[in-house]
Amino acid sequence: MLDQPTPPDLSDNAAAQGPAVIRFAGDSGDGIQTLGAEFTKSSALTGHGFMTFPDFPAEIRAPAGTTFGVSAFQIQIGGDRVKTHGDTVDVLVALNPAALKTNLSALRPGGLLIADADAFAKRGLEKAGYAANPLEDGSLDGYRLEAIEISRLTREAALPEGVTKKEAETARNFWALGLVYWMFAQDRTPTAAWLKSKFAKRPEIAAANTAAMDAGHTYGDVTDMAPPPRLRAVAPASPRPGTYRTLTGIDGMVLGLAAASALSGLRLHYCSYPITPASAILHGLAKLGGEGVATFQAEDEIAAATAAIGASFAGGLGVTGTSGPGMALKAEALGLATAAELPLIVIDVQRAGPSTGMPTKVEQADLNLALHGRHGEAPLPVFAAAGPGDSFETVIEAARTAVTFMTPVIVLSDAYTANAAEPWRLPDVDALADIAVDRDIDPDGFHPFRRDAETLARPWAVPGMTGLAHRLGGIERSAGSGHISYDPDNHQEMTDLRAAKLDHIRGALPPAAVTAGTDAGRVLAVGWGSTQGALKTAVEDLAAEGHAVGHLHLRHLSPLPRGLGEIFALYDQVVVAELNSGQLRGHLQGLFPHVSFRGLNKVTGQPFTVAEIDAALREDLS
Amino acid sequence: MNVMNPDLAAPDTGATPELTARDFTTDQEVRWCPGCGDYAILKAVRGVLAEAGRRPDDVVFISGIGCAARFPYYLASYGFHTIHGRAPAVATGVKMANPDLDVWVVGGDGDFLSIGGNHLMHALRRNVDLNLIMPNNAVYGLTKGQYSPASATGMRSPSSPSGSVEAPVNAALLALGAGARFIARSADTLQDHLPGVLKAAQAHRGASFVEILQNCVVFNDGAFEAVRDKGLTADRTLRLEHGKPMIFGKDRDKGIAVDWPSGTARVVPVGDGGPVYDVTVHDQTNLALATILARMDAPDLPLALGVLYHVPADDFTAQRGDAPRRVIDRVALTGLLSAGKTWTVGETDAA
Repeated sequence: MLDQPTPPDLSDNAAAQGPAVIRFAGDSGDGIQTLGAEFTKSSALTGHGFMTFPDFPAEIRAPAGTTFGVSAFQIQIGGDRVKTHGDTVDVLVALNPAALKTNLSALRPGGLLIADADAFAKRGLEKAGYAANPLEDGSLDGYRLEAIEISRLTREAALPEGVTKKEAETARNFWALGLVYWMFAQDRTPTAAWLKSKFAKRPEIAAANTAAMDAGHTYGDVTDMAPPPRLRAVAPASPRPGTYRTLTGIDGMVLGLAAASALSGLRLHYCSYPITPASAILHGLAKLGGEGVATFQAEDEIAAATAAIGASFAGGLGVTGTSGPGMALKAEALGLATAAELPLIVIDVQRAGPSTGMPTKVEQADLNLALHGRHGEAPLPVFAAAGPGDSFETVIEAARTAVTFMTPVIVLSDAYTANAAEPWRLPDVDALADIAVDRDIDPDGFHPFRRDAETLARPWAVPGMTGLAHRLGGIERSAGSGHISYDPDNHQEMTDLRAAKLDHIRGALPPAAVTAGTDAGRVLAVGWGSTQGALKTAVEDLAAEGHAVGHLHLRHLSPLPRGLGEIFALYDQVVVAELNSGQLRGHLQGLFPHVSFRGLNKVTGQPFTVAEIDAALREDLS
Repeated sequence: MNVMNPDLAAPDTGATPELTARDFTTDQEVRWCPGCGDYAILKAVRGVLAEAGRRPDDVVFISGIGCAARFPYYLASYGFHTIHGRAPAVATGVKMANPDLDVWVVGGDGDFLSIGGNHLMHALRRNVDLNLIMPNNAVYGLTKGQYSPASATGMRSPSSPSGSVEAPVNAALLALGAGARFIARSADTLQDHLPGVLKAAQAHRGASFVEILQNCVVFNDGAFEAVRDKGLTADRTLRLEHGKPMIFGKDRDKGIAVDWPSGTARVVPVGDGGPVYDVTVHDQTNLALATILARMDAPDLPLALGVLYHVPADDFTAQRGDAPRRVIDRVALTGLLSAGKTWTVGETDAA
């Protein structure tokens, strides 16, 4: 069916392998994210390692052609070492002047710029604020410019399929995709199949888009358009044997929660209120309704948290998820869950703040809120997911901790991890350990706050169980009987008990470990959450040059893992890298006053680049 | 049994022994002000629970914050004293996790109409199978006497020394507007009336909302005088009975006639004073009539007590359709993980 021209011969360039960074940019109505998803799928199927970065505006449809309506999708493809979406772009596809204007700074000098010349007419240039056409005025001389009449070529390819002129023109994203597929010798069969099923009811639309993609591919063949020489051969990864899929951080959360339900035998109750970017977890879980997962779209964040608490009280696995501002509203409910000692998972997909801030942009600035954002002393575990695959594992560990220790657990993700995609090796489901739920409770002498000596957990009796009726509440209770108590010494005892529970959790979690670079030396780079890829890449590169630098990534932010102080002592300097103004650094400095901490901080709404971390660490190494 | 749909009946646990109010009484000392109407409400609730015959282990009381929110401590069932205003949301979660439970939510007018107004509205419109009872004393008691959303305009209180300028919420009307399918009204002192209303509420599958007019002896003594004053109550209240003409008065000599289509209610003489056919028959399934009844008040009209509106419909659990207690298992999980596009590297396949 597909006319498959011969792909470029890459064999003579085997020595010049390297990862490639490609960014597609256009108007938010141009289907850029669709195009990115298809390119990702194709990269996966051709065996590449990759990490993606969708970057889109908060406006659903900003006025077409304006700079604030630009949607972009970046992907780095290459071998095993690809852990970020890439610092600088090798190939930029700009579908209009606004996309060029807002994305050109990411293109490396000499990089390839593909622009739809048809979109660079007077009106488009004016909307983007260009006085002159940049494709013609020499301002792009530092790049390899390919100004192609993509709109016209798309129309010519798509119109014969029986679509309207407008429908034909909207296929230009697939024309561009076809061209890039050619350049990187990627298979376009899966995209053609996807189009066919996506537009099953409008086969002419599928045909038009496929024809556009083929035309772009053929254009590459005919003109022998190739990526910049360094990129001619992008090495595929050589991953561990196994079955793989593409996974975003949202997918990781959704599947991790489903797994936690399966491992515990507890029905999952995900209660949430729509908010960007956490909404996608609700969407993902809602699709699993037929699989024994219950979702509840509550009337607000408070109802979402309290309904989840109610579900846990009644014996389900209560989970609530939100982002930034929504997390603030859940604070009182978190205090209740801490006081009542009920299992609860709270996911915060952090975004740039304060207040509404920048909903689609990344920040790690809710750490202080997660650690301390409750009235009274209400300690609870705080975990952070370091990427899509890690989201799956982290949320399972959170569920295990919540159920084993009868406590709410906060899991932090962020806007970068949520939307980024990476190849993920499917775990062996049979090898995943059960989450034990102990319901073997003796009614004789039962009281709801009698503690297990090892975990300090109280028994999880649930309504309906015979002989175990009890009352819970947010009012302070006697450590002995569980009845309401305002006794001063009792409040001290209960406060100490709640704090001690964290110590017991610490004992059950794995100790701290350096996971990249050298085990001792000049500098230790400490990070948490989505900065892992950039930190690890930078540290590995520096260590390969012979520098004594290590990387330690924290999943457990409260309680902190055992052995942290001992590891800090093995380095001259500890650099704490985070996408905030120093929240983890402040936390650590308070706990380890004798360690010399330095902050590497960025609050731009964008993730770290490897180069930024590399430069900062070199300062300490020189 | 609180079961109207046999498919959703609680598992049969064998013959339930005869229960008494004592079976629902905890060893906790009840700490309300002497003379508080909550004592009478508690007594009525215990009696209704005993009569209903649900095991105490299958009964759950959820409350927010306030005087009435202490209810769970005084009932020997499962209970959860939560946070201000959020009890309906907590209870919704309880019902999601276990639809078999008989779940009661207790909150005062501050809890339900102010900080928790949002949650009350949504529990009602979702028709979650909850028995929501709202003792309404038209004042904040536990925080020492501030005016509440149910307080009359002009009420003087620590936070409204010159008199509140706010219009009070009509709880029954609010519940109707939210789409509640069981709305009733009674009073703490009416021990010949309140238990029957609570029993009907419990028997209703779906959200049932019961407003219980209640005296606060400390901060709002004398409110709802029409209900409490034995000399006045017969002439100033109307006890509703489905299918019966709406007659009231010490001598049963007055009736309510609703003029349609204007929907105007007026008092008409009955018996010697006038023909009974003028009197409107109460129809608890008539939304328009319920709206009129909810609004009736002194000085021109009596306060309507009893079941104002009752039209059952599928409850939240039945609507969701995911009520089956199915839990995802490892086989289903394996399928989920590998859904969509996968690719295999090497010979071995973990699955």
